[in-house]
Amino acid sequence: MTVVERVLAVIEAHRGDRGALLPILHGIQAEFGYVDQSVIPLVAKELNLSRADVHGVVTFYSDFRSEPPGRVTVQLCRAEACQAVGSERLVEHAEAAYGVKVGQTGADGVVTLAQVFCLGNCALGPAAQVNGRLHGRLDPARLDGVINAEYEARTS
Amino acid sequence: MTTTVYVPRDAAALSVGADAVAAAITREAALAGRAVRVVRNGSRGMLWLETLVEVVTEAGRIGYGPVTAEAVPSLIANGMLDGGDHELRVGVVEELPWFRAQNRLCFARVGVTDPLSPEDYRAHGGLTGLRRALEIGPAATVAEVTDSGLRGRGGAGFPAGIKWKTVADTPGELKFVCCNADEGDSGTFADRMLIEGDPFCLIEGMTIAAFAVGATEGYIYIRSEYPEAVRTFRRAIDIAYAQGWLGDDVLGSGLRFDLMVRVGAGAYICGEETSMLESLEGKRGVVRAKPPIPAITGLFGKPTVVNNVLTLASVPAILADGGAAYQALGVQRSRGTQVFQLAGNIARGGVFETAFGISLRDLVEEHGGGTLSGRPVRAVQVGGPLGAYLPASGLDLAMDYEAFAEAGAMLGHGGIVVFDDTVDMASMARFAFSFCAEESCGKCTPCRVGAVRGVEVIDRIVGGEDVDDNLALLGDLCELMTDGSLCAMGGLTPNPVRSALQHFADDFTPRRVTP
Repeated sequence: MTVVERVLAVIEAHRGDRGALLPILHGIQAEFGYVDQSVIPLVAKELNLSRADVHGVVTFYSDFRSEPPGRVTVQLCRAEACQAVGSERLVEHAEAAYGVKVGQTGADGVVTLAQVFCLGNCALGPAAQVNGRLHGRLDPARLDGVINAEYEARTS
Repeated sequence: MTTTVYVPRDAAALSVGADAVAAAITREAALAGRAVRVVRNGSRGMLWLETLVEVVTEAGRIGYGPVTAEAVPSLIANGMLDGGDHELRVGVVEELPWFRAQNRLCFARVGVTDPLSPEDYRAHGGLTGLRRALEIGPAATVAEVTDSGLRGRGGAGFPAGIKWKTVADTPGELKFVCCNADEGDSGTFADRMLIEGDPFCLIEGMTIAAFAVGATEGYIYIRSEYPEAVRTFRRAIDIAYAQGWLGDDVLGSGLRFDLMVRVGAGAYICGEETSMLESLEGKRGVVRAKPPIPAITGLFGKPTVVNNVLTLASVPAILADGGAAYQALGVQRSRGTQVFQLAGNIARGGVFETAFGISLRDLVEEHGGGTLSGRPVRAVQVGGPLGAYLPASGLDLAMDYEAFAEAGAMLGHGGIVVFDDTVDMASMARFAFSFCAEESCGKCTPCRVGAVRGVEVIDRIVGGEDVDDNLALLGDLCELMTDGSLCAMGGLTPNPVRSALQHFADDFTPRRVTP
């Protein structure tokens, strides 16, 4: 299937939904890993919205990525409850160990480091979500273990 | 004989390896020649014990925790499947002091049942509330909720019955019920645990709300940071349709109610109700000016009930047992129970449901066991990122809406975040502003610009630059944001800042470079 066909299939799946733009954008990100600028005119045309409207929505929400993520996406919680048990030390460790800053993907495309404000695991912090899976009571060694396991699962 | 073993499927339990524990139990039991049935329940809410494994015995459900997959062989060798002794054995779960001290209405089934079993749900009192509502009619249902004194659990504490009555009295062919599950406050996770641990209860509560106000469509807006909750709730909705609890003819009563899940996209502001409605409409999550209120002009301009997860999940019990029984709990104008959440640097964190009026010190010290680090408690933030910081000396405060308002704090969604004496309160105040700058929707200037200026001013203060002038400026800025912001995001951000300044002034003295 071409990119256009894949995007149209996502839109079609939500044709009857009220206010379908968010579910469609989630669908596109699930399909491609990110929301490429080039799909915006097509989505806008199909939903009878202006391109500016769609662009505005895509850029408002921090979930929608404009570039492909690395093999392992690490979302580190930096909200108060995790700060109270040392999340900032975990952030420092991750930035140093993987050579990326929060919000970036490494040049080798392995790790994407992101920050998140609360994963709802506030009694078992510091918490992180790695490729969509939640982990608690993290320290640098445990975080490295989780990242390595996810990397191996993605490459084997 | 088959032994029943409970291993939670709650995201917090999964985060410390519950899936691996369940797999290890199945494997080791087979090796030992024992027949086991592993049930994946919700969490009991004693999160420091996760993964909490429960074994059904004649004496009751015996708990073991915190269990890791590595510990399973030794547990089974020591007779865990018969309730045998082990250093991880905690005893009969329902007799633990932490558990017995609670009054679980909203969380009555959470951790007890298989969340996706309709049989379990019925066997534990499910659907009683909905059946009663269908029997007494919409007006009496609204009256029951009003009489119960139930107030919105999202944070604002608006009386639910009054909101419902407004929607019921507003004429309209199409009305909506929206459940706000955008639980973004740090230190709160009760909505998530309820959705993952007893989703049918929320479905029942939303259906009762729909019946009471004449709505036919419902949406639950779950934040994307909660993928387990999204998965569980979607499955629960499918099961509910198959059981005839949702759809064209709810419980054979002729009531039509359809329920859909919508997933947020990483915007804290979408927990604000009008911003959530914008997001549900497929737009940027920008706050709407009120009035008009959502009860009259809500989703797609139609009359809409917007309630928090715990508000709606409290409704089935209120209908089942009557509003008066609920009203009998609590203090003054805070009636019923509140689900408190102990979080941050706390030895025994988790959910603790009890009647309003318990003191903060009891929660933090007696039930929570003080800090996880073992150091002294220095500050406690109640009510999320927009709630005030209280000093260790100020914990003798009753947990109710009015007592907190008097103390210049707020109860919010019941989240309690504990910090030990290593916390730097100037940096927490700075974080409050930088969080607001990051998450502001940008519609009003006090919030959008004020938050950025706030970070700069605090940097100057701790950097030793014109300290007195900048402290005065900070006071002005807080006042302006409080009075001039469109919603609670900008309006309440000064709460953590001012309380940090008031109680921890020493941290703001210029003594080092900004972190």
